[in-house]
Amino acid sequence: MKGNEAVAEAAIRAGADGYFGYPITPQSEVMEYLMAEKPHERTGMVVLQAESELAAINMVYGGAACGKKVMTSSSSPGISLMQEGISYIAGAELPCLLVNVVRGGPGLGTIQPAQSDYFQSVKGGGHGDYRLITLAPASVQEMSDFVRLGFELAFKYRNPAMILSDGAIGQMMEKVELFDPVPRSKEILPWATTGKTPDRERNIITSLDLDPKRQEDFNLKLQKKYREIEEKEVRFEKIQCDDAEYLFVAYGTSSRVVQKAVQLARSRGIRVGLFRPITLWPFPSKEIFAMTEQVKGILSVEMSAGQMVEDIRLAVKGKIKVDYYGRMGGIIPTPDEVVEMLEKKIIGG
Amino acid sequence: MAEITLDQIIQPENMVYTRSRIMTDTVLHYCPGCGHGTVHRLLAEVIEELDLQSETIGITPVGCSVLMYNYMDIDMQEAAHGRAPALATAIKRLMPEKFVFTYQGDGDLAAIGTAETIHACNRGENITILFINNGIYGMTGGQMAPTTLPDMKASTCPYGRDVQMMGNPLKITDIVATLPGSYYVTRQSVHTPGNVRKAKKAIRKAVEYQKRNQGTCFVEIVSNCNSGWKMTPVDANQWLEENMLPFYPLGDLKVPEE
Repeated sequence: MKGNEAVAEAAIRAGADGYFGYPITPQSEVMEYLMAEKPHERTGMVVLQAESELAAINMVYGGAACGKKVMTSSSSPGISLMQEGISYIAGAELPCLLVNVVRGGPGLGTIQPAQSDYFQSVKGGGHGDYRLITLAPASVQEMSDFVRLGFELAFKYRNPAMILSDGAIGQMMEKVELFDPVPRSKEILPWATTGKTPDRERNIITSLDLDPKRQEDFNLKLQKKYREIEEKEVRFEKIQCDDAEYLFVAYGTSSRVVQKAVQLARSRGIRVGLFRPITLWPFPSKEIFAMTEQVKGILSVEMSAGQMVEDIRLAVKGKIKVDYYGRMGGIIPTPDEVVEMLEKKIIGG
Repeated sequence: MAEITLDQIIQPENMVYTRSRIMTDTVLHYCPGCGHGTVHRLLAEVIEELDLQSETIGITPVGCSVLMYNYMDIDMQEAAHGRAPALATAIKRLMPEKFVFTYQGDGDLAAIGTAETIHACNRGENITILFINNGIYGMTGGQMAPTTLPDMKASTCPYGRDVQMMGNPLKITDIVATLPGSYYVTRQSVHTPGNVRKAKKAIRKAVEYQKRNQGTCFVEIVSNCNSGWKMTPVDANQWLEENMLPFYPLGDLKVPEE
């Protein structure tokens, strides 16, 4: 099935209560699949096409504030429109799942795949000091698996989680092993707005506090949560790194190209491995720093003007050479280009 | 004759009026004379009378009434500016058995949130919308609102609203009434005791009708903003009657067919 369809099927199987979205290429199959599947009959899940991405993300906010398992999906320009709502959701400490099937920008850009929303996802995106748990799938299988994982992490930390995919993974077809469906939760969460009963105080969901001291205390509490997530939730994969002298770092679609590039380079006698971050935030900084004991240089391969490379440089702290190679505008780099750039920028440089 | 003390007067048998238990002890931050407090009270009374406290989820807007959740003893969510109907849509669809309302001012509902308002009402979401129209942005200090009257002064139209340059006031309630998804649409005011009683009846209907699942119930309250209008409370109410009401006439715009 398609990556976008895998997201939709996984949402139903994960016991999602609601999906609210707005059509945009290249992710419209998510809502199309959901509507065709009649999840309201299968599980009672609510699926609604909103009048805009603004409305969609605020529907997610409303549903999340009731403790429901709710999500949306969109692509880059639509995710930009949602940023205010995402900031509110993070500020109100609500769980939800967001899926960005990234296309090239800026502006209306292109409908072809890109990885140019990295900064937007991992550095906040909307206003204020907040973080999104950001998962980067590299296959249709992971599109499905990360829906479940994303919800799990979102509820564990009461924080929005994002699947940062791209048009290639959203559109491509691969075999998927779907997880067994779980029923929708009937649990009433203690903080959720479900109607004030006599046994508890009223629940208020807000991100507003006009008192500077309390607002700072709240921000400190958020930061403490973010440090805990950084401590516990880093995920990554190392491919052929054991004997590597050089290292590629790449995620998502780029990491698949780089896997080929690793084979090609090794056939030419270059001992290179691939480090694939799975969580882009929290970023595997410590694990990448540890690799500096072993490798002589790192090439970050991205479908952007070089965004993740900044986090790699911060992680490496100048210890070894770090450079970047990437393509933009919807162009996917080839393994040949990647190996050539490794030779030119890292080995020869 | 012996002097009667206050303690002797305050006795259960002498009680003719009390605050709704849905209102909290928090002192309202609204300016003296403002209509918000009255509308809060009416809504609280209706929720209490219909025994809906444990069923109610309310959405506060961005504007003067952003802190409404401090005054009502019910579960509430605070929305981004203009987005309350989107939140309410999801809540009601996810929990159809609950009573869901939004409380929004004119800037929130009829400017930045126009799309959410129109589409929620057009889809016929089974929610109740309370729309407080005082023709001005109160919280930010008296700027021109979508409902500011022609020639009316505000801080961003200090010489009066020039409709040629600034556009016309929007009668959004009239638009809502034309939508197939709206079920009950009415315009009320709270500037006299008589109008308060009528407004309460309208709010009660708008709350009760939600159980029928027939569409959106929409109550506009034409209200004052004596601080923003730079008038005394009494003058503001008189100005409202002489200027606001001719432009926004009171009464039902759409009633259910019984």
